[in-house]
Amino acid sequence: MAKKNRPLSPHLGVYKLQITSALSILHRITGVGLGFGALLLITFLVSLMLGAESYQAFADFMNQMLMQLVLAGFIIALVYHFFNGLRHLFWDVGQGYDIKTVYVTGWLTMAATTIVSAYVIGSVLW
Amino acid sequence: MVTGEKQMSLREPLARAKGHGSAKEGTRHFIMQRLSSIALLALIPWFLISLIGHIDDDYMALVAWVREPMTSITAILLIVTLFYHLFLGLQVVIEDYVHSGTRRYPTLIVVKFACFVSAFTGVFAILKIAFGA
Repeated sequence: MAKKNRPLSPHLGVYKLQITSALSILHRITGVGLGFGALLLITFLVSLMLGAESYQAFADFMNQMLMQLVLAGFIIALVYHFFNGLRHLFWDVGQGYDIKTVYVTGWLTMAATTIVSAYVIGSVLW
Repeated sequence: MVTGEKQMSLREPLARAKGHGSAKEGTRHFIMQRLSSIALLALIPWFLISLIGHIDDDYMALVAWVREPMTSITAILLIVTLFYHLFLGLQVVIEDYVHSGTRRYPTLIVVKFACFVSAFTGVFAILKIAFGA
């Protein structure tokens, strides 16, 4: 195949990172990351199914400092993906496409993510 | 189509010979990704509220909670929808970034199997807890 060395589009390197592109790639990163969060949820359910002893092992594992940080990360990712996904749903019905609205909803997404994930993390980890 | 064949086409002869085209599944994928996300708009807040409400529960309290029919049903819906949405999303990411066919299709198969295994395991765990282990 004579496909090698062809120029690749889009030329991401020539663009300055803007809130639009940053939030867009964050949606993918958090989505992929949340796949691992979903596996953690399954691990929790299986430990609960296997009985008190295995659930205790899971609880002890999650009570480690590192896993508390991981859990906080999953919560932030989930809340972000939720709000930014809502933004995508509005775009899908043709709403909020002008640059000004895209910026406003972008900042709103970040504000909502900060407030809601801070509340959830505060309630769950402390 | 005899005359049509003689007209200039933008398709390469090899592409025409291979006969590949759109599988006509893109629209369904797009719609199901959105449909599952609409369901998750309700299920994710339920999950976060449950996480906050039950984080201090001990084993017995958690089992009793999962056994409540509303919890079992909602949790099963969450897991099925979540892993479906996850697979649809991961599929797009893989198709975007894994270009080599020899790597793309095995990756898609492994990810699809992993999503099915995880979802069924989660559903089975909930049912086993709900019906009493």
